[in-house]
Amino acid sequence: MADLVQLAGVSCRYDSSTATAPAIALPDLRIAVGQHTLLLGPSGSGKTTLINCIAGLQRVSAGRVEVEGTDLAALSTRQRDQLRGARIGMVMQRLHLISAMTVRGNLQLAQRLARHAVNNTQIEGLARELGIVDKLDKFPRQLSQGEAQRAAIARALVNAPALLLADEPTSALDDASCNAAIGLLLQHAKTHGATLICATHDARIKPHFTNVVQLGATLGAA
Amino acid sequence: MSHFATALSIALAYLREKKLSTALNVLLLGLGVGTIIALVLLLAQAEERMERDAGGIDLVIGAKGSPMQLILSSIFQVDIPTGNIPLAEAAQIIAEPVVKRAIPLALGDSYKGFRIVGTNPAYLELYDGKLAAGRIWDKPLEALLGADAARVTGLSIGAKFAGTHGLTDSGGSEHSDQPYVVTGILQPSGSVMDRLILTSVSSVWQLHDHGDAKGAATSAKHAEGDDHDHASSKEVTAYLIQYATPLAAVSFPRMVNASSSMQAASPAMESARLFQLVGVGVTALKGFAVVMMVCAGLGIFIGLMNALDERRADLALLRVLGAPPAVVVLSTLLQGAMLGLTGVILGLALGHAAAEWIGQTYGASQRVAIGGRIWVAQEWWIVGGALALALLASLIPAWRAYREATPELLASR
Repeated sequence: MADLVQLAGVSCRYDSSTATAPAIALPDLRIAVGQHTLLLGPSGSGKTTLINCIAGLQRVSAGRVEVEGTDLAALSTRQRDQLRGARIGMVMQRLHLISAMTVRGNLQLAQRLARHAVNNTQIEGLARELGIVDKLDKFPRQLSQGEAQRAAIARALVNAPALLLADEPTSALDDASCNAAIGLLLQHAKTHGATLICATHDARIKPHFTNVVQLGATLGAA
Repeated sequence: MSHFATALSIALAYLREKKLSTALNVLLLGLGVGTIIALVLLLAQAEERMERDAGGIDLVIGAKGSPMQLILSSIFQVDIPTGNIPLAEAAQIIAEPVVKRAIPLALGDSYKGFRIVGTNPAYLELYDGKLAAGRIWDKPLEALLGADAARVTGLSIGAKFAGTHGLTDSGGSEHSDQPYVVTGILQPSGSVMDRLILTSVSSVWQLHDHGDAKGAATSAKHAEGDDHDHASSKEVTAYLIQYATPLAAVSFPRMVNASSSMQAASPAMESARLFQLVGVGVTALKGFAVVMMVCAGLGIFIGLMNALDERRADLALLRVLGAPPAVVVLSTLLQGAMLGLTGVILGLALGHAAAEWIGQTYGASQRVAIGGRIWVAQEWWIVGGALALALLASLIPAWRAYREATPELLASR
């Protein structure tokens, strides 16, 4: 099966603006299409840095990051933005919906930024799947935590991404909600043909994954 | 969809979210722009009107008193005259070789607020007056109506009307025993003449010589312009003078002021003095309006900076969703631009409405035609300045948005 994500010999700096900051070594990874993966490790183990590197949000100082066979280092910022908008969906710890926009507006914005035409039929279908179709015209402040989480997942999936990245999606949730959230992510990743990579320190969700990458206590300098 | 459209949708959403501060910033900018626009419109029209009305008149000779009052009353027809001057003495002055043309004015009566001005046909030439209908007067108590006077009073050719004492419509006694008859109506000229009722000087004398039957009767016998006989008992209000040579401006006014019971006033000098006097207030008002605009600019700046603090996570999120930095910057600039544009549109509407209202309310009573349904070139500068101010106010926030819209921010929150 083809590799969807590949990291080899990657190191990067937390502060990318200065070349003198210490570089952090990241583990080598090969994740195939459909191989849902859990990156498990304590705080400071580089989970978010790893996610950001895969998403093309953070430049690596050495090594190679490939997504769908494309070397991210070879892309310009604009090309990486385009790739991320069109092929990668992200769900963050705090959900982060844009408060000035309705749920529908948030989803439409994601479509626009991916250079896709706004497709309300697709948005409504996705919202129906996630049980938030009646919340589409609500603002984020009018949603419960669970509804906001579903809205964030809908936004991550709205452009039918190949890769769904989730960074600490369950850390603030109780056990029941945690299971529901990760179940939802996996279910919809499978339904929409996306591969889920989930980074967390939350060991409760380990049983949901067959492919688990354990990250160290702290990352060493490269 | 283009980045511009995406940035626009983001900017609109942010402005809608902060309805109150958006409305206040727009209102403040609109009030500043509106005040300046109204002042510019009123001043431009007043200056144009004064230039047009005073064109071709080098000097006004009238009774001693305030020179500005003499100019205002005899050229612009907006003040009461300083008094009358003896025709005999005036005749000596206007016989000087430096005087090319002298047009007599005899004021005193009005009809429904429109001044009845006794003069001669040279007054029509001064303002390029053309007949719309009928003919000019050729004997006493025949009247020619200016375009506005005819429209407002509804008088038509052949109609009779009685003038009332005084220059306003405040209800003086009527000359009902000696009504005027309308012989002609003038085309609009865009000058003070539009708002006047013109007749011969003899008509005015005839109506006011109640205690001097001889004088009235005698004057009625003479053709218009033939006012030299019986001049010892006659008076006029003023003479509008055109020089035969520009050099006359040096000595002629001084000669009149020094050697006669009359005064000479220069329209150019008095207009300049008037604008100098009015200018202090206008400058103060313009300064106040500029302060309002700058405050609006500061309001936009502070509003955008505060919003950035609140929306740092949003900016980072936009990057996560694939927005290039240009979209983040553009969305911030567009917020400033839309606030500026809306404020300018509001300001233009307010300024023109205010000028129209002032024109309707005060212009009509002062017999000055001003309004808000015009566009003057200076408005482009005001529009451009206000938009530049709004954009300038959003430049630093946009730069900050560009610098701070880094995805790492999300991880730290």
